[in-house]
Amino acid sequence: MILLDSGRVIDPANGIDGTRTVLIDGDHVREVRDQPATPAEKLVHQVIDCRGRWVLPGLVDLHVHLREPGEEGKETIATGGRAAVAGGVTTVVAMPNTKPVCDSAAVARFVAARGREAGFARVIPAGAITRGSLGEQLADMAELKEAGCVCVTDDGRPVMSAGVMRRALEYARDLELPVMVHAEDLTLSAGGAMNEGPVATRLGLAGVPAAAEVTMVQRDILLAEMTGARLHIAHLSAAGSVRAVREAKARGVRVTAEATPHHFALTDAAVAGVAPGLPVPQPAGEPYDTHAKMSPPLRAEVDRQAVISGLHDGAIDAIATDHAPHGALDKQVEFAHALNGVIGLETSLALTLALVRAGGLPLARAVERLTVGPARCFKMPYGTLGAGAPADVIVLDAEREWKVDPQRFYSRSRNSPFAGWTLKGKVVKTFVGGKLVHEEGK
Amino acid sequence: MGSEMDFPRHLLELEALTRGQIEALLSLAARFKRERAKARAGESPADRRGLLRGRNVITLFFENSTRTRSSFEVAAKALGADVLTFQKDASSVAKGESLEDTVRNLDAIGADALVVRHPAAGAPRLVARSVRASVINAGDGFHEHPTQGLLDALSLRERWGTLEGKTVAIVGDIAHSRVARSNIHCLSKLGATVRVGGPSTLIPAGIEELGCKVVPSLRDALTGADAVMALRIQNERIADARLPGARDYARTWGLNARTLEMLPKEALVLHPGPVNRGVEMSSDVLDSPRSLVMDQVDSGVAVRMAALALCLRAEVPA
Repeated sequence: MILLDSGRVIDPANGIDGTRTVLIDGDHVREVRDQPATPAEKLVHQVIDCRGRWVLPGLVDLHVHLREPGEEGKETIATGGRAAVAGGVTTVVAMPNTKPVCDSAAVARFVAARGREAGFARVIPAGAITRGSLGEQLADMAELKEAGCVCVTDDGRPVMSAGVMRRALEYARDLELPVMVHAEDLTLSAGGAMNEGPVATRLGLAGVPAAAEVTMVQRDILLAEMTGARLHIAHLSAAGSVRAVREAKARGVRVTAEATPHHFALTDAAVAGVAPGLPVPQPAGEPYDTHAKMSPPLRAEVDRQAVISGLHDGAIDAIATDHAPHGALDKQVEFAHALNGVIGLETSLALTLALVRAGGLPLARAVERLTVGPARCFKMPYGTLGAGAPADVIVLDAEREWKVDPQRFYSRSRNSPFAGWTLKGKVVKTFVGGKLVHEEGK
Repeated sequence: MGSEMDFPRHLLELEALTRGQIEALLSLAARFKRERAKARAGESPADRRGLLRGRNVITLFFENSTRTRSSFEVAAKALGADVLTFQKDASSVAKGESLEDTVRNLDAIGADALVVRHPAAGAPRLVARSVRASVINAGDGFHEHPTQGLLDALSLRERWGTLEGKTVAIVGDIAHSRVARSNIHCLSKLGATVRVGGPSTLIPAGIEELGCKVVPSLRDALTGADAVMALRIQNERIADARLPGARDYARTWGLNARTLEMLPKEALVLHPGPVNRGVEMSSDVLDSPRSLVMDQVDSGVAVRMAALALCLRAEVPA
C-alpha cells in the first residue's frame, strides 16, 4: 500500500477539503481518512509525507489532440500522455481528427492500446460522429463504443447539416453515447481569423462573430431536446453560448459543456499583444501573435467573464484544454495562414489556480471542474478519491512559482500562449491506477 | 532634421507613429514635392540622388499593384537607390517557401529596405522581425497602407495649411480598406475629425474605437465636411453578399453632381484610386477642380521618398 500522509486533500466528489491521508491499495483507493500514517504503517507500507502539499484526484481532460496516428511530428500518444501526467492530467479523451480519422474500431483500439503501452495517462478514444468527419454519413457508433470510445465528435469541424445532426443524435441516444459538438456555423465564420470586434478591426483581420458559435449551440440544444440525446458542447467561448446552455439545463435538456483555460485566461486583445484578463506576471506581447489563434477564437472580456460565471454556477461542467499541438512552421507565418490551436496540458491546472486566486472561482468548485465534473459528462469512474475508485491521484505544491517555458514541456510541440507567464502550483507526483507515473525533477 | 533619428527604422503602421514623427515626414515630403515641381518646370533643384546611392531598395509585392509599386520605385530612384522588383503570387508562395524564408533570402542578397505589400494583415511586421533591412509597409490586408495615409495628409495639408479643426469624411468599403484605417489614424493624429460612412455591411465592428465617428447616411457624411474621400468598391463585395450591386450602391453612397450638393462648395474630394467611374464617384466629380486625385499621386512619390530617406537614415542637407 501507498499512504499519502497528511496532505490537504481536496476531493469535491466526496465533499472533502481538509487534512487527510489517502490509502492506495494496488490500483484503487482504499480509503481517505483523518488519521495520519501510524508508526506501524510506516514500517510496512510506502508512506509519502504530504504535509504542506495538496492531494487531488487526477485531472480529467475531455478534449485533447494527441495527433497520433498521422501527425506524430506534432505529438504522439506517448509524448502527449507524458505531458498530461506532468500537468496532473490522468485521463485524456483523445480527439478523433487524426489521420486517418478515428471513425472505426481499428483506429479506436490502436489509440487505446498505444495509450496503455505508453503507460502514462489513461488515453480514452473519442470516435467520429460521421464517416471521415465529413458530416455526411454516420460513423459506426456501436462499433466505436465497443472499442472503448466514450463519446463521438467531429471536433475541429461542425456537422453543418441539421438533418444529419438530428439522426446522429437519435442513433447515439440508443447507444447512450454522448455527442460532443464543435459549434461553429461555417457560413458565419468563413474567412475569419479571430474574434469579430474592435481588435480585429484595428488589426485588419477578418472576424468570426460570436453568433457563429451561439447559433450552432442553440441548434444543437434544440435537436438534443427533440431527440433526448446526450449533448456535450466543446470549448464554449461566447457569452450567448453559456446563457443558452444554462437555460437548456434549467429546462432539463441533457446537455453538458466544457471551457478551456485560454478562454478564461485571455481575450482577443492577446492577438494584438495586449495583457489579458488574468492578473498573472507575464512578458510583453507582440501584435499578430499566432499563439493567440485558435478555434473558437479568443473573445471579448464580456465573454471571458461569462465563461467564468458558467464555471461558477455549473452551466459549464468541465475545464478542458483543447490541447492542440502544432509545429513551429505552422505558427511562424502570416496570422491568416497560421493553424488554429494551442497546447495546454502542462498549464491547465496552474491557470485554473490563478483563476481561483483572482477570485473567479472557489477552489473546491475549480477542482470539481477539473476532475469529477468532466468525468460525469461521459460517465467515467475517474476524478474521485472515493473508496474503490481507480487510484488516479496527484500531489501538488500549490505555492511553488514557476515560469512557463515551452522548451521544457514534455509535449512535442511548443505552441503555448502562456510562454513566460509566472504561474503558481506545480505537480510533484502523479499516480495513475496506483502507479507513480510522474515525479517532478525525475 | 533633428527629429529624423527619432523616426522608426520600419514604417509598418501609422497607428504607432506620433504626431511629431508624422509631421517630420510630411515636412520632408513637402520639400521633395516642391523640388519635383521645380524640376518639372525646368528649374534645377537640389539633386537628391546622392541620398541613397549604393543602397538597395527591394519592392516585394505579393499582390498585384502597378501604381504603388511604380511610385515607390520612382521615389527610390529619385534618391539614387538601386531598385529591385519582386512580384510574387501569394497563393503559390503559400504552398512553397514561407514568407520568412523568402525575405531572409532577400535580406542576405543585401537589401537595405524592403517595401512589402501582402494580402495578409501583419505580414510586414513578420518580415521586420526576420530581416536586418528596414521594412516599409506598402499595404497589408485590411490593416494599413501607411504611405497612402501620409500622401492624403500631405495633399490636404498643402491646401489647408493645417488639418487642425478640419472634418474629413471617408465613404465606402471601410471594412476591407487599409486606406481607411491609415487615414483614420493619420488624420486624427494631425487634429482632424474623421467621419466614416457606408452600408452597414461594409462598416467593421468597433471601427469608432480607432478614433472616428460612424455616420448613417451620405448626407450625414457630407454635411459640413471639409473633404470627402471615396473608397473603391470591389466586385467581390457583390459576390460575398455585402452589396446588391454597383447601381444600388451608387444610389445611396455614390458621389455625383447631385449628392455633392450636400457638400460645402469649397470642400475637397479625394480617392486613393483606381476609381470605378460611375460607382463610388462620377466622372464629373473626379475631373472637377475640387478633386485632389492627381495631386494625391504626386504627393505619393514625395511621401515615399521621405519615408525611404527617414527609415534608411539618409542625411538630407537643408
